[in-house]
Amino acid sequence: MPVSSGDTAWLLISSALVMLMTPGLALFYGGMVRRKNILSTLMMSFVALGLVGLLWVLYGYSLSFGSDHAGLIGGLNFLGLSNVGQEPSSVYATTVPQLAFMIFQAMFAIITVALITGAVVERMKFSSLLVFSTLWLTLVYCPVAHWVWGEGGWLFNLGALDFAGGTVVHINAGVSALALALLLGRRRGFPEQAMEPSNLPLVVLGAGLLWFGWFGFNAGSALTAGGLASNAFVTTNISAAMAALTWMTISWLHRRPTVLGTVTGAVVGLVAITPAAGFVSPLAAIPIGGIAAIISYYGMLLLKMKLGMDDSLDVFACHGLGGIWGALATGIFATLAVNAGGADGLLLGNGMQLLKQGVGVVAVGAFAFAASWIIGKLIDVTIGLRVGETEEMLGLDISQHGERAYGGRLR
Amino acid sequence: MKKIEAIIREEKLEAVKKALEESSYFGMTVSEVSGRGKQRGLPLQWRAGEYRVDLLPKLKIELVVLDEDVPVAIDAIIRNARTGNTGDGKIFVLPVDSVVRVRTGDKDEKAI
Repeated sequence: MPVSSGDTAWLLISSALVMLMTPGLALFYGGMVRRKNILSTLMMSFVALGLVGLLWVLYGYSLSFGSDHAGLIGGLNFLGLSNVGQEPSSVYATTVPQLAFMIFQAMFAIITVALITGAVVERMKFSSLLVFSTLWLTLVYCPVAHWVWGEGGWLFNLGALDFAGGTVVHINAGVSALALALLLGRRRGFPEQAMEPSNLPLVVLGAGLLWFGWFGFNAGSALTAGGLASNAFVTTNISAAMAALTWMTISWLHRRPTVLGTVTGAVVGLVAITPAAGFVSPLAAIPIGGIAAIISYYGMLLLKMKLGMDDSLDVFACHGLGGIWGALATGIFATLAVNAGGADGLLLGNGMQLLKQGVGVVAVGAFAFAASWIIGKLIDVTIGLRVGETEEMLGLDISQHGERAYGGRLR
Repeated sequence: MKKIEAIIREEKLEAVKKALEESSYFGMTVSEVSGRGKQRGLPLQWRAGEYRVDLLPKLKIELVVLDEDVPVAIDAIIRNARTGNTGDGKIFVLPVDSVVRVRTGDKDEKAI
């Protein structure tokens, strides 16, 4: 197919939008930790732009989108971007240069790795995080991306729908984050000691950047600039709006309408609509966003406050639970009227689709949890996952990076 | 000479300042401090659920007055900083050996 300038322009802009989500996520996470750990938290996300940005072009893209092997993994035919050039691929995004599709996908891999870090902040050793991220990208992200999106991937063949990465990005990252948080153990002092967020305005800025970038994430996943992208754009905004209002209301019923809760709700709404954005009609995004906020809120309450699990920035509750709901909701609300390449869901009499979505959730969830646990355990028994006690008390900004965020208080 | 250190609620500063001014005590140093008393702090909301902050923001006012002025100054502070609830703060009175005004080198009573 010839290159479409409109599609190419949209996909390149979308790639830049998704790129901005990672620094946005860094601020979103960074503002939620104590002041002695804000830089290290920012760094954990930001470094993915470097590390994954490089690994992706060297071999990540090939393992995810190279020619299929048994439905499980891509081949090595795109290693070092060989055969990836200005011509469109014959199977992926056939109207844009494959280089554009490749870099769009690179931004997804980057933010997925960064998402996990929210569970390990304030105590994971930076060097170990780099090792974990490298192994996780290679052994978890690339296979799962291939299963779901790769031509010949087994979930792709099964017909499980994932428009923009509810399974590949959010369930994958959320479940892996939970495994790593359990391996690492709680932060010293949790939960008796207050872990007060050091800069909520940064969290709001980060959430705003995430919302903005998410238009590239979801509407860009149409891979064309047209009606489908517009549908995904609109469902994305509706779900975020509904979830933000829902979370605000729940926190209000509890006591006060919190800012942290409202912006968290927006992000959870964005998570939930991700797999569905290009398969459901605009108004279906209202229940998808609203229910996502309720599930995530009470999930968080249960995991953190009742069970005392220290998934520090609630990655599983936000991305895992939000992603699982989104994947199932896709199977409930999907309609061929929106996307002829999709399917009808439960509400249109096709219960099979919900079942397929469930298979995707369970397969990816179980694989990601087990693989992340094993990778984490291997690192723990070799170089160690966690910083020493003194380093943790001192804060990771000083102990891991030799810097502090707010210096010069006496000039 | 005595130094009065008063820990008060942030929102009471203006009233306390005004009262001290009306009694002709102009000089003071104010700093933002954190502290706790017998109460166990305040619950704040996380995304879901709450956490407890036990060091609360307060203001510390420091002023140095003549011995005989101490009761008047303390009275001005108490009248304007009190709400009757826990967390109203505390006042410490300390002896002061000497005072020097940097600009002139004036000492003690002349420097207050």
